[in-house]
Amino acid sequence: MDGQISETTIAFELNGAPVRARANPGNRLSEILREQLGARDVKIGCNAGDCGACTVLLDGETACACLVPAQQAEGARVETLSGLFAAEPLARRLAEQFEAHGAAQCGICTPGMMVSAVALLRAVAAPGEDEIQEALAGVLCRCTGYRKIIDAVAGMPGAPAAPGTGHAGAAIRRLDGLAKVSGRERFGDDVAPAGTLEIAIIRAPFHRAAFSFGDLEGWVAGQAGIEAVLTCADIPGQNAFGVIPAFVDQPVFAEGEARFRGEAVAAIVGTPEAIARFDPAAFPVAWAERPAVLTPAEAEAEGAPLVHAERAGNRMCGGFVACGDAEAALARADIVLEGQFETSFVEHAYIEPEAGFAEVVDGRVEIHACTQAPVMDLESLELILAMDRSRIRIVPTGVGGGFGSKLDLSVQPYLALAALKTGRPVRLAYSRVESMQSTTKRHPAEISLRIGAMKDGRLSGFAFSGAFNTGAYASWGPTVANRVPVHASGPYRIADYRAESRAIHTHCPPSGAFRGFGVPQSAIAQETLLDELATALGMDALEFRILNALRDGVPTVCGQVFEQGVGIGPCLEALRAPWAKARAEVAAFNAEAPAHLRRGVGVAAGWYGCGNTSLPNPSTIRAGVQPDGTLVLHQGAMDIGQGANTVISQIFATALGVEVSALTLRNADTDITPDAGKTSASRQTFVSGNAARLCGAALRAAILRQANASDQARLRFEPGRIVVEEGEARHEIATARLEPGLLGYVFWAEETYDPPTRPLDENGQGHPYAQFGYAAQLAVVEVDEALGTIRPLHFVAAHDVGLAINPMLVEGQVQGGIAQGLGMALMEEYLPGRTENLHDYLIPTIGDVPPIETLILEVPDAHGPFGAKGLGEHVLIPTAPALLNAIADASGVRMRAVPVTPSRLRKAIEERENA
Amino acid sequence: MPYMAPTRMADALSLLQEAGPRIVAGCTDFFPSRQRGQVSDNLLDITRVAECRGIAPHAGGWRIGAAATWSELVRTPLPPAFDGLKRAAREVGAIQIQNRGTLAGNICNASPAADGVPALLTLGAEVEICALRGTRVVPLSAFIQGPRKVDLGPDEMVSALLIPALSAHARGGFVKLGSRRHMVISIAMVAVLAEITGGRLGDLRIAVGSCAPVATRLPALEARLAGLSRAEVQAADLADPAGLAPLSPITDIRGTAEYRHAVVAELCRRAVLQAGGEW
Repeated sequence: MDGQISETTIAFELNGAPVRARANPGNRLSEILREQLGARDVKIGCNAGDCGACTVLLDGETACACLVPAQQAEGARVETLSGLFAAEPLARRLAEQFEAHGAAQCGICTPGMMVSAVALLRAVAAPGEDEIQEALAGVLCRCTGYRKIIDAVAGMPGAPAAPGTGHAGAAIRRLDGLAKVSGRERFGDDVAPAGTLEIAIIRAPFHRAAFSFGDLEGWVAGQAGIEAVLTCADIPGQNAFGVIPAFVDQPVFAEGEARFRGEAVAAIVGTPEAIARFDPAAFPVAWAERPAVLTPAEAEAEGAPLVHAERAGNRMCGGFVACGDAEAALARADIVLEGQFETSFVEHAYIEPEAGFAEVVDGRVEIHACTQAPVMDLESLELILAMDRSRIRIVPTGVGGGFGSKLDLSVQPYLALAALKTGRPVRLAYSRVESMQSTTKRHPAEISLRIGAMKDGRLSGFAFSGAFNTGAYASWGPTVANRVPVHASGPYRIADYRAESRAIHTHCPPSGAFRGFGVPQSAIAQETLLDELATALGMDALEFRILNALRDGVPTVCGQVFEQGVGIGPCLEALRAPWAKARAEVAAFNAEAPAHLRRGVGVAAGWYGCGNTSLPNPSTIRAGVQPDGTLVLHQGAMDIGQGANTVISQIFATALGVEVSALTLRNADTDITPDAGKTSASRQTFVSGNAARLCGAALRAAILRQANASDQARLRFEPGRIVVEEGEARHEIATARLEPGLLGYVFWAEETYDPPTRPLDENGQGHPYAQFGYAAQLAVVEVDEALGTIRPLHFVAAHDVGLAINPMLVEGQVQGGIAQGLGMALMEEYLPGRTENLHDYLIPTIGDVPPIETLILEVPDAHGPFGAKGLGEHVLIPTAPALLNAIADASGVRMRAVPVTPSRLRKAIEERENA
Repeated sequence: MPYMAPTRMADALSLLQEAGPRIVAGCTDFFPSRQRGQVSDNLLDITRVAECRGIAPHAGGWRIGAAATWSELVRTPLPPAFDGLKRAAREVGAIQIQNRGTLAGNICNASPAADGVPALLTLGAEVEICALRGTRVVPLSAFIQGPRKVDLGPDEMVSALLIPALSAHARGGFVKLGSRRHMVISIAMVAVLAEITGGRLGDLRIAVGSCAPVATRLPALEARLAGLSRAEVQAADLADPAGLAPLSPITDIRGTAEYRHAVVAELCRRAVLQAGGEW
């Protein structure tokens, strides 16, 4: 009989070369490519065909390699990004285009995107936007908002290859872009050698359950290829981690009771074959489901089970800011509106699930994993492993998206414990379901808000109360609780203000950091109610905001007065012309269109304090010159796609006075780079940027001292020497002849910056941040009233960034943030146990994000490096409320719960029709 | 157990009878449904079986081999009656899925939200089923018995979908409603096959997916719309529950039952208008 292919060898062509591989029934082509043939440029994002990261060409046609049985590749031609990049001019040109547009941010979707685009460009030389969207629709991107990708594939002109000086203000290409567009970038699951022992985690199947183990050692002994089992008993130090010192409450392995579905209780370590065969149902653990509380209402109810015995009422903590007398101001207001608002759990949905590799090297444990916070990882592991920090090394891999969730530990403790217990290298990659079940989410919020105004449009009184579902463990919940009351006013002058937040535990996954730390949720309430207020007053929604906007010298609700740098006015004013134009276009459309199609325009604003709230958060940057003249920058600010490698280098080069191309980068590694803090709170450009500026200036001063030159001198690094020129004078420093000092450098500098803040008092009065960034966005939507569907048509985003260190990267942040805000507003809703994959949990595809026009405003900040302000989180704060306001403008319905799914919108329209 | 990929139907059927394997083709449903630790070493890959390949004229109609992919369907020149099915094909996941996934797999998977089923129902598709003991043909409407439940014995495999002869004037339409633009499981979808005679709807078939355990035709609505002009279809009040009687939508993460009820008539109208073109 023909056609029997068993555990056998398959032969096919991979990137032009004949290859052979072993394939078992059930093997996916992606596994074979990655683990046997070294094609780690094929990325695994979901193993279900939902994300397209593993897209390859199979006989010239795109396919998800995770859905192709390996045997179907027999005799076929398989092409991956690295092969296309190496051999095909069309792919090389496309790579150029991706670099020229910053179309690769984190880079995890880039192989899938580029391979799909190559298939399109082979067939259609100059595709239109629709063709590009259709061809790339199967690949999800969480960073870029897709628009730069469309520009790149369409062949639009972008940033030139030669960066010029690359100084602050220049839209240069990413310095680390080539690896991303050529398939060379190594992410968390790409560094382990094939055949490395793997870890599988046993997770709770219930929201809340007691559990007990059977005979674990006996079970392990009976399992071929299983080397070890890990439970809380294997933790040498404390079985707890967390990011806020006073709230370290999350166990590595639960003890006795699991507090959320997906919580780890044990892990096994075994050969890849044994782990592939491992059936979690066979693991000796007995579960007893217990009653769970899933919402703040349930958790705060009388007699509700406590998630943590010591936290009465399931209340973890709260935040409070008050100034003036909110109730008195509301009482004297001419008009007061109020509303209740609700938001959902939002999943970060980066395309790279958490993954890493660990090994013990010379008695030290080295962990290679995707992370946003290498030094915080190290500090947590010190306590868990009860090892001195000198014996732990964190080597971040490429990070395939983070957005806040990769600030927390995920795979790291399991990797370290397994490597130490087995003494062998180990690897662990979360499945998509595990990633979604077990890592942090955006807090769902239940908000009550009242805002008052006088007839002349001046705000008079603001009272905000919000309950945030913080899940089973603290994570960044305290930060959310603190940030929200500080920001809930929006960027407006509100003299009489009261805002309280409370973080409530439930048996849900921990809510943590997600781009904006709760502020996007409060902005939904505040910016939509403000819009209603404008309507009620008969005022233009944009002019109403401009009238009340914060200005220089006007106190914030924390009583902080910025004498300079308050950029919200210019942001809003920049929208005047687009606002008028969009409103006229919408009115013209609505006059002609069929009755069920209604367009509308909405505007919303936002602000965001950069850096930690009233807490120290220093960054340190180091640089040195090697004896051979190489200029080395130790850049430890994690680049998770946003562009820190490039921006920090640009700032440093500017301060040093050399071209950015003169730098050799040493990226984050706790053995090599000093602590540049976590990539969070929109702090890297501002805080690490300032450290880089100081470091560049210090290094410059040291070199100039050696040459006895003034600060007017120009520096040039050449092999073996530094040339210092001042007017007619020219001085050469032969670097090899200098005595090497620290780390073998002949010149070196290390500088630290910590933003000046002051503590908040019991009323939240103080100086929470040294700077804020500001934003205002306008959205145009089309509502299909018959179906309740929404089609965003256009965004205009005005962002005050102080100084755009790299305008191309600024646009990339804005577009990506808007895409996430759009997802939050219209489709994203994580339901524990129900939407734990990327086909039930929907994030925007390339067809969902409309054109985005970015208006960069530069109101310099006195503290920012060259005036720059942070940006990463500001970008999505106005998006959801702008969309909600646009929906209201189109349809006259005020949506107070997100996401606005078709069901919800249609119901609201029906109620309007029946009213 | 080896991975079995025979090229002859007779071998496929023998293996099916002897080994009781799981039949696979494009694997776009197979791999996503696998749970950790599920060992699947007993697979019968039918993509190389000659009789399962291709899309070709057959008995005045068409035969769509069980290994034919959505992309093959889109590429094949077919009469306008297939326009709805082709539109549906382009809504199955994205191009990566369409290049591998098969129409036959879509019906065998028997999801209530299977993108291909409504259009195939309007085309009057039949299912060709082979076993060593013989070949039988059943209507698609009888083949799919419920969610994930089909009329297929353990020794049987679907070898093709058969589309009977259709009027050259019949035109297909398809609309899918989802919460995002691409790669979405539908909240509801409607396929239509319509013929326009003298400015009025003649023979009309309407099938709805994702609004009942199995996609289903709406005979009462078809009867109500037959004979109407384009303007009359645009103006017709279709919310009459009798016309939608066979539907029994549920509430799930994608939408509520009430919502599905509320919008399905409008989707039907749009699919009819799309199929009819500018008549």
